[in-house]
Amino acid sequence: MSSTATLELPDVSIATVDKAKVKLDVQNLDFFYGKNHSLKSVSIPFEANAVTALIGPSGCGKSTLLRTLNRMYALYPGQKATGKIMLDGEDILRPGVNLSMLRAKIGMVFQKPTPFPMSIFDNVAFGVRLYETLGKAEMGERVEESLRRAALWDEVKDKLQTSGLGLSGGQQQRLCVARCIAVKPEILLLDEPTSALDPISSAKLEETVTQLKNDYTIVIVTHNLGQAARVSKYTGFMYLGELVEFGETAEMFTKPLTVRGSDYITGRFG
Amino acid sequence: MEHTVRAYDAELDAITAELARMGGLAEAEVADAIRSISTRDMALASSVIARDAKLDGLEMDIERKAVRLIALRQPVADDLRRVVAAMKISMNLERCGDLAKNIAKRALVIAESEPVTPLTSSIERMGELVTARLKDVLDALTSREVEQAITVWMQDHEVDEHYDSIFRELLTYMMGDPRMITACAHLLFVAKNLERIGDHATNIAEILHYEITGVELTDERPKSDALTPQAF
Amino acid sequence: MAVSARRVATRRLSNVLFVGFCFAVTVIALGALALILFSLVTQGIGGMNLDIFTKSTPAAGTPGGLINAIVGSIMMAAVGMVIALVIGILAGTWLAEYAGVSRLGAIVRFLNDVLLSAPSILIGLFVYEILVFPFKTFSGFAGGVSLALLAAPVITRTTEDVLKLQPIALRESGVALGSPVWHVIRNILWRGAASGILTGALLAFARISGETAPLLFTALNNQFFSWDMGHPMASLPVVIFQDALTPYPDLNKLAWAGALLIAGSVLAVTITARAFSREPKR
Repeated sequence: MSSTATLELPDVSIATVDKAKVKLDVQNLDFFYGKNHSLKSVSIPFEANAVTALIGPSGCGKSTLLRTLNRMYALYPGQKATGKIMLDGEDILRPGVNLSMLRAKIGMVFQKPTPFPMSIFDNVAFGVRLYETLGKAEMGERVEESLRRAALWDEVKDKLQTSGLGLSGGQQQRLCVARCIAVKPEILLLDEPTSALDPISSAKLEETVTQLKNDYTIVIVTHNLGQAARVSKYTGFMYLGELVEFGETAEMFTKPLTVRGSDYITGRFG
Repeated sequence: MEHTVRAYDAELDAITAELARMGGLAEAEVADAIRSISTRDMALASSVIARDAKLDGLEMDIERKAVRLIALRQPVADDLRRVVAAMKISMNLERCGDLAKNIAKRALVIAESEPVTPLTSSIERMGELVTARLKDVLDALTSREVEQAITVWMQDHEVDEHYDSIFRELLTYMMGDPRMITACAHLLFVAKNLERIGDHATNIAEILHYEITGVELTDERPKSDALTPQAF
Repeated sequence: MAVSARRVATRRLSNVLFVGFCFAVTVIALGALALILFSLVTQGIGGMNLDIFTKSTPAAGTPGGLINAIVGSIMMAAVGMVIALVIGILAGTWLAEYAGVSRLGAIVRFLNDVLLSAPSILIGLFVYEILVFPFKTFSGFAGGVSLALLAAPVITRTTEDVLKLQPIALRESGVALGSPVWHVIRNILWRGAASGILTGALLAFARISGETAPLLFTALNNQFFSWDMGHPMASLPVVIFQDALTPYPDLNKLAWAGALLIAGSVLAVTITARAFSREPKR
C-alpha cells in the first residue's frame, strides 16, 4: 500500500531554476517523427556546471529530447522540432544556425562506444583538427589533457599510436569522452553512456562525469535510477513525451511530488 | 499500486505487520502495568515484566529486516521513509515497553506497603490519558491517518500538565507524612515514566507524519514543563 | 521428464544422416575443385617456360609465348578496375549514406542488381555499339570499359553493404563533433569499411579476369605485341579461347599455361591485398 495514497499530489510538477544559472533553456519544445508527435510542449532548464539526468520508461522521449539539443535530428529528413532552445540567449532552433559550430559547442557521447578506426591519438585529435590548427607540441598537449580529464591517460599513454579499436569497452567509452572534450565544448550530452559497460567501468565513468561537471554543463539520459541518483543535481522524469516531474534529485528521490514520478522511482510502474 | 517486483511488497508488509504486533503488545503492557499499580495485582505486574522480553526481540527483528531491505532493495522516496520510520517507531515502542516494565517493578514494591488510594487514583487518570494517546497514535499508524497523528502530537501538553499536578501532589504528601516518602518516591518515578511514554507517543506521531507527507513537524506547539518558573 | 527412447534414437539417426550428407556434398564440391586445380596445374606446368614471358602469341608450329596477352590483360584489367572503383565506391557510398529510403535510391539499387548478373556478352555488345562501331575500330580501351561495366556493380553492391554495416552511432559521433557529413564519410566510414571495400574490389577483379565474351566484341585480339589501347589488343581469355579450340597440341599447351596464369594471378593478388590490410589485433 503506498503511503502517499492519502495525499493529493499534482499531475505535473516542474521546479524552477535560477535564471541566472541556466545554461540551456528549452521552451515549449515539440518534436515530430513524421506524423508521430513524440515531444509535447516540453520546457526544461539545464543549469550551468551541473549534471541534469533525464529518466523515464522506454519511448518516453528522453533520448529524443537529448538529440534535439545538438540538432542531431537534422541528419534525417522527416524529423522536425518546433519551439525554442536558448543557449546563452540565442535560439539554436532558428534557421540559419551553423550546425557544425553548434555541435562543436555541444558534445555527445553515445550508448555504444564508437571509437574511430584510427589511432588513439588521432581519435582525440579528430575534432580538434576540424577547426583549429595546432602545432605538433600543442596538439600533443591537448590530447594529453583531454585523456587525463577522461581518466584514461595512465592507461593509454604508452600506446597512443595503436588503434582505438583495441581498447576495452569501458576504455573506449572514455576515449569517446576524451574526444568530445578535446574540442572544448560547453555542454556534454551523454546518452545512456554506461549501459554497455561493466560495474567497474561504469563507476569510473560516473566519477569522470562528476569531475567534469565543474567545467561543463552535463545532461545525461539513463535507465539506471541509481546512476541518476548518484550523479545528478537535477532530475527530469518524462513519460509519453511529456515532462512530468523536474526538480532537485535529492528531493525527487526522498519525496517525489507526482504520483507517476513516485511510482516510477519506487518501481511501481507498468 | 504494488511494486512490479512482488517480493518487495511482501518484505515491506512483513515489517509493517510486525510493527503493528509490537504496537499491540506495547499498548497492553502499558495498560496492564498501570492497572497493577492501582489494583496492587502482583501477578499482573510479574507477567508484564516477563512479557517485555518479547518486545525487545521484535525490535531487533524489525531492525534486522529493515537493514536487509535497505541493502537489497535500495528503497527510495516513500518506501525509504516507510522503512526508516518503522525502525524509529520500533525503538520508541521498545522504550515504552521498558518504561512499562519499570512501572510494573515499582508496582511490586508498592503492593507490599500500605495502600495510598488518593495518590494512585491520580496516577490512574494520568495512565488512562497516556494509554489513550498511545492507542490513538497506533491506530493512526495502522490506518495511515495523518490528521489523527497531528492531533496526538498537538496534545502533548496535556500529559505534561498531569505530571506537574501529580508532582505537586506527591510533594505535598511527602512533606506532610514522612512515612509516605518511600511509596510517594516510587509513585514519582511511575509518573515520570508515564510522562516519558506520553513523549514516545508524540515521537511516533512525528515519525508517522514524516513517513506519510515527507515533511517534518517542526512547528511550535504548546508545551508545559514543570521546570519552567511559572509552574511554581 | 518422460524421455521417449524412440524419439531420441530417430533424432540421433536424422542428425547423423544430415551431417553425413553435408560432409559428402562438401567432399564432392572440394573434389571437383581439386580436380580442376589439379588438371590446371599439371597441364599448365607443361606449357610453362621462359618464352611465355618473352614472346608473343605464335601461329601453329612456331615457338611463341603469351607476353602480348599478359600485357593486354593487365592493361585492360587496370583500366577496368580504375573506372569500376571510382564509379563503384562513389555509387555505393551514395546509396548507403545519402539515398536512404528514397525512390531514386531504390531504383538505382534495383538497376545495379540487374547489371550485377547481366550476361557479359550483352555488355560486350553494348560497348561495341557505343565505342567500337562509331570509331570503326576495336580497341583495348573499349575492352577496359566493358570490364569496368562488369566490375562496377559488384563494387557498388559490396561498398553499400559494408558501409551499411558501420554502426549509425559511428556516423553520428563524427557529426556530433561538428564534422560535415562528407568529411565523416571520407575519414571515418571509408577507413572503417576499407577491408570490406577491398574484398569487393578483389571479387570484382576475380570476376573480370576470366571474362572472354565482352572482349571478343571490344578488344578482339592481336597476334602481335602492342601498347596501343586505341586498337585491338590481345588478352589471355581470348587467346585461351582461340588456342584451345585449335587441333594443334602446342597451341593447346599454351592455352593451359594461360589458364594457369590467370588462376595464379588472381590468387597472388588476393593474397597480397589481404597481407596489406591486416586488422589490428584486439
